[in-house]
Amino acid sequence: MKRWRAAAVPYLLILPGGLWLVIFFAIPVIVLISLSTQQGNVVDGFTQTFHFANYASAWDNYHDQFIRSLLYGGIATILCIAGGYPVAYWIAFRGGARKSTYLFLLLLPFFVSFVLRTVSWQYFLSDNGILLSPLKSAGILPQNFRILATGTAVVGGLTYNYLPFMVLPIYVALERIDPRLVEAAQDLYATRAAAFRRVVLPLSLPGLFAGVLLTFVPVAADYVNAAILGGTGNTMIGNIIQDEFLNVQDYPTGAALSFMLMAILLIGMFSYARALGTEEVLEVAAR
Amino acid sequence: MTARYSRRAALQLGGLSAAALTAAACGVQGAAKQQPAAQAESAADKFWKAQKKTGTVTFANWALYIDPNHQTLKDFTAKTGIKVTYNEVIQDDSSFFAKIHPQLASGQSTGYDIMVITDGLEFSELLALGEVIPLDQSMLTNFHKYAGTPYQHRSFDPGNVYSVPWASGSTGIAWNPKYVKTPPTSVSDLWNPAYAGHVGMMSDPQEIANFGLFKIGVDPESSTQKDWEAAATVLKQQRGAGIVRQYYDQSYINALSKGDVWITMAWSGDIFQQNLSAGTNLQFIVPKEGGTIWTDNMMIPKYAANPVAAMQLIDWYYQPQMAAMLTEAINYITPVPGVQDIIKSDAASAKGSDKATLEAVASSPLVWLSAADYARLKNYVPITSKNQSTFYGIFQPVVAG
Repeated sequence: MKRWRAAAVPYLLILPGGLWLVIFFAIPVIVLISLSTQQGNVVDGFTQTFHFANYASAWDNYHDQFIRSLLYGGIATILCIAGGYPVAYWIAFRGGARKSTYLFLLLLPFFVSFVLRTVSWQYFLSDNGILLSPLKSAGILPQNFRILATGTAVVGGLTYNYLPFMVLPIYVALERIDPRLVEAAQDLYATRAAAFRRVVLPLSLPGLFAGVLLTFVPVAADYVNAAILGGTGNTMIGNIIQDEFLNVQDYPTGAALSFMLMAILLIGMFSYARALGTEEVLEVAAR
Repeated sequence: MTARYSRRAALQLGGLSAAALTAAACGVQGAAKQQPAAQAESAADKFWKAQKKTGTVTFANWALYIDPNHQTLKDFTAKTGIKVTYNEVIQDDSSFFAKIHPQLASGQSTGYDIMVITDGLEFSELLALGEVIPLDQSMLTNFHKYAGTPYQHRSFDPGNVYSVPWASGSTGIAWNPKYVKTPPTSVSDLWNPAYAGHVGMMSDPQEIANFGLFKIGVDPESSTQKDWEAAATVLKQQRGAGIVRQYYDQSYINALSKGDVWITMAWSGDIFQQNLSAGTNLQFIVPKEGGTIWTDNMMIPKYAANPVAAMQLIDWYYQPQMAAMLTEAINYITPVPGVQDIIKSDAASAKGSDKATLEAVASSPLVWLSAADYARLKNYVPITSKNQSTFYGIFQPVVAG
């Protein structure tokens, strides 16, 4: 009896979280897949006709937005790495006793709603706002120059909003590195650059991987930044999905687009993990 | 489809997941439940005979119409003893519909006794799905007595079986005179290359379609699929030429005030409210080709717990004095003629800044459209579940760019 119970414990532990995922993730995803091949409208109802053409027409109509989302996602992720890695490095190795203060400062913006922060960018970047107005009156920028309602503003907003998601995992990985390893490398006549390239960087890769995962996926699916900061040519796939569900009430197309986005991101992530050596990276990231 | 500042963006975060669940519910059910008129009438009679008076009523309305403790509601409670819970839960018709439809379709109450829905796709869907209760006409004494003739005969709900108006407004063109020196008169001004990058258009296909149709000289209400395609073409040209800055939801009003947008499609009441509250000097016209008129309507959702109290409150707003207080607060077009005189006399007896505000309301050409403006106001393209996918298939790609 006792032994049976001991054997069951791990399964029982998995039960609450597992059930939660099954009910609120797995079932909706299955419904989504089913919905994506249905036909109909809200009033007459939707019926399952295995109409796979939904996927073809969704791709035909919206492949531009798909490609744009991946592009914006890629650029924003690279900018997050470029901006985030040095910050994480500095906090981990030079933060000293104030590390937790710096981390807190990094997380401080999260105490303000995501949407509000993005809307405040709208004021900041406005054509005659506090940033552009002085530059225009000083003659540095032409009168009709604008940032708002351009792709630059969208990528900028995405980078800003998701930067902490890049910094934190990199910080965690760097923080775990024993500084004596770096010292040892230098004792063995490695230059500072070589020590970084051959010791610090490889050891921080799992954090970097986690950071890319945590930024690229939500960034590519984001729709708030494009809606608030974008213009006519900056719509992302998230905006299209939202419109299909809420405005157009074309649930099958919305579902097909969601599922395609999910599939593209999953395939992308797995090939990325494979390229970096799946086992190692995932394991180290989980440690 | 109507007024009220940029709350929509805030909603969008939660919106998508909610919509996914909606879709799940819709995936398995649907089926129109509209009954023949006569049958509906006798069913309604039976329904209303069985109802009892209750002591509370829950009102779902758009954000920034009236204050949840507005005097009209307090007076109602004082007079009838019915407690009103006023919720500002509607940001736009489509997301509110996405929220209540799955509840109603699965036989659940929404928790609301009155809701305010704009005439449009969602309005006709609620009727087609049988998700609203036919009103008890015998309780609409004030409405029948005081409502203006056009508001008693509306093409989208003949006989006011399911709805009566809360307020109306018009969609026209607004501009910021700081940047636009020659006052626009025509829809074509939205296509003026001189304003390239500073023209705002609305993101709602039901709104933008009308202006594309005006541009090609077609009345939206009688437009055909061919007209829609032609309208979409001119709208795409406008976008392709870099004239449109962005397709806006409610946030156009901020962009216009800040100067990012110089000329834009706009809702009449917004412009008046913005000028009053932010001290801007924005201008609004109904273009010579036409503008559109929309009406926000009070309806009773199916399974409402307090339908009798709901009827009492609906009719309450048709007393001229209440209608006047409402107009003073919301600055939209009232269905009750004679309100302008009441507001004028209120203004005469008021003092200080109240006086100035009331005088502004009483004389605003945005709240009291001239007969010439009225004549140019057209109804929307009638969208049903039949032509819905064609319509959106044509106009959604315009704003989706």
